[in-house]
Amino acid sequence: MTDERIVPVTMPKWGLSMRLGKITGWIVGEGDEVTVGDDLADIETDKITGTLEAADTGKIRRIVARVGEDVPVSGTIALIAPDGVSDDDLDAAAAAARAVIDAGVPEDAEGAGGPIVQIAEVRGRKVSFAGVGADGDVVLLIHGYGGDRNSWLFLQEPLAARYRVYALDLPGHGTSSKDVRDSGSSGGAGGSGGAGGSGGIDGLLADAVVGVLDAVGASRAHLVGHSMGGAVALAVAARDPGRIASLTLIAPSGFGRQINAVYLRGFAGAQTRRELKPLVGELFADDKLVTRQVVDDLLAYKRLDGVEAALQALLDSLLGGDEQRGDSAAALAAIGDAVPVTVVWGRQDRIIPAEQAQAVAGAVRYVIEGAGHMPHMERPVEVQTAIEDTIARAG
Amino acid sequence: MARNITYREAINEALTQEMERDESVIVLGEDNAGGAGAPGEDDAWGGVLGVTKGLYHKFPGRVLDTPISESAFIGAAIGAATAGLRPVAELMFVDFMGVCFDQIYNQAAKFRYMFGGKAVTPVVIRTMYGAGLRAAAQHSQCLYPLFTHIPGLKVVLPATPYDAKGLLTQAIRDNDPVMFFEHKALYDLAGPVPEESYALPFGEANVVREGGDVTIVTLGRMVHTSLSAASELAAAGVQCEVIDLRTTSPLDSDTVLESVEATGRLVVVDEAHPRCSIATDISALVAQKAFGALRAPIEMVTAPHTPVPFSTALEDIFIPDAQRVVNAVKAVTGWTR
Repeated sequence: MTDERIVPVTMPKWGLSMRLGKITGWIVGEGDEVTVGDDLADIETDKITGTLEAADTGKIRRIVARVGEDVPVSGTIALIAPDGVSDDDLDAAAAAARAVIDAGVPEDAEGAGGPIVQIAEVRGRKVSFAGVGADGDVVLLIHGYGGDRNSWLFLQEPLAARYRVYALDLPGHGTSSKDVRDSGSSGGAGGSGGAGGSGGIDGLLADAVVGVLDAVGASRAHLVGHSMGGAVALAVAARDPGRIASLTLIAPSGFGRQINAVYLRGFAGAQTRRELKPLVGELFADDKLVTRQVVDDLLAYKRLDGVEAALQALLDSLLGGDEQRGDSAAALAAIGDAVPVTVVWGRQDRIIPAEQAQAVAGAVRYVIEGAGHMPHMERPVEVQTAIEDTIARAG
Repeated sequence: MARNITYREAINEALTQEMERDESVIVLGEDNAGGAGAPGEDDAWGGVLGVTKGLYHKFPGRVLDTPISESAFIGAAIGAATAGLRPVAELMFVDFMGVCFDQIYNQAAKFRYMFGGKAVTPVVIRTMYGAGLRAAAQHSQCLYPLFTHIPGLKVVLPATPYDAKGLLTQAIRDNDPVMFFEHKALYDLAGPVPEESYALPFGEANVVREGGDVTIVTLGRMVHTSLSAASELAAAGVQCEVIDLRTTSPLDSDTVLESVEATGRLVVVDEAHPRCSIATDISALVAQKAFGALRAPIEMVTAPHTPVPFSTALEDIFIPDAQRVVNAVKAVTGWTR
């Protein structure tokens, strides 16, 4: 690139297996001024449909990628540059970018630089996790109820530019073992592990997080937890505050009584796509993000042997009647103020109301407009900023 | 974790995992372990196309080679099911049903009903169907409409490796007799399949492609033919919704009707003969229940009403292809009163 004032807009890598993306529509055009966080284009992969947000501020001078064509990950799809950059320089940069798109994905790209999926053994159960990023502090991403490590697909790669970023599948989820009973590996204690309120969250689930930290040799780590994963992160930090460098809690559970119990019970019980789709829509401010693929992937997960029992057991530890059962505030108090804490909430959260952010004592708060219960999927750039600021505060 | 395996491997994996999970699951059929000329102890064949290969040594005494007598071993499987086992019998080619049909339609299908719900018959009959292997008129038929006609039988036709594993798992766990149809031309098809066990419910069609202009209802191998046609049509601006029925009994009529109510146009793509078939059944369903939504006559793309030819040129013409589906879709989108 001849002029360093030309800033490329590139095809993002959403998820560890993504190699190609297709622009289904440009939201901006040549000549538009954009600022960080503005929606630029709708992009479709074989897994998901999402909106690319601007990572830079400036004027869109060239649109390189056409609607409907496949673009390799990190290929340049548009150019941002100030008016001072000449058309000739822009055309040269656009031509170079065009050549990359036309070349397609190199044959050996599959797997190269991809995630390394590993297994940690925790209390006789398999906990799978994937890491990216070569240097820097360890960041561990902890998904919520019914999710898996792929829910971080918009964040894990971008964060990996500066940190070693791991995402795990909690027990009962993703490709980890589905047995979430808090008893030993052989189980046998009838009923769910949730009796008594401690349930799996500060038991087996917290053990799984510690097991992953041990497996990657992290004596200190930054935890990012979403929803139930926020409560898990707090439980881990309360056990050993010295090991946790910072906490970013995204719509964490346990900071109030109110929760959408209808959603939780419906999700746990849904057997068909028809039942599941409207429920999944409640996770997002904009339910058009719920593609057929998103619902199909969730249904495929729910149909694995053992998942239904796991979701029911965890439900018992999340809910008492129609209210939240956990007390994350107590765990937070136990940590003290040595650990920087940030709370992130989507204003349009229909699962746990955003007002509960006020109950997270001593935290820096971000309430994000245009996001529901999944701000890390709907507004990933803003969530990334919140996480990076929190890590910076840890010094 | 999902990795890519073939349709053949997915079926083998479902059998393996269910045999591990439940000791009452057994496998029996012609050449399931040994094979022609092999002594029987050798795991030489694993069925004529190698689907059950490897099971014989993993599960000693639970993989049985049978005499070439379908009436004997299909009957034995059904009897064993009523006595507490969960047999998976392999009827090599569905074309051979003629010699064991009484055991299936007049015995297995009737027990639960005739014994007041007190008898269960958890038998699975796996069988190959379909044209394309140059196997001529007696080894290439579809015949699933005959079984679909009979109350008391469940009829399953997976189109992908993922569906093959999940539907076979459900078939083995199901307490009713299940006819499980495997298309010979799909055995080498690879696709993502989770390593863990999972069961897919019967009676749930899969919307494999969404679109608002035309509903294509299909099943088995024709799902892939229909998807090729839908891709070609999308380039021409016609958006097809492709529905894979997955099971013809029970039938997910809701998904079919909801789609046709949205698109107003129906094309049914079925490799079986055109008379008294799934194509006619779906057409009748839509004509009766969604008549008001239809904006054009229903089109059926099927094989002709002839035996499957042995001539390779004729067999290729016999099997519905993507071009015929494209033509049918154009006929319904271009129709004017």
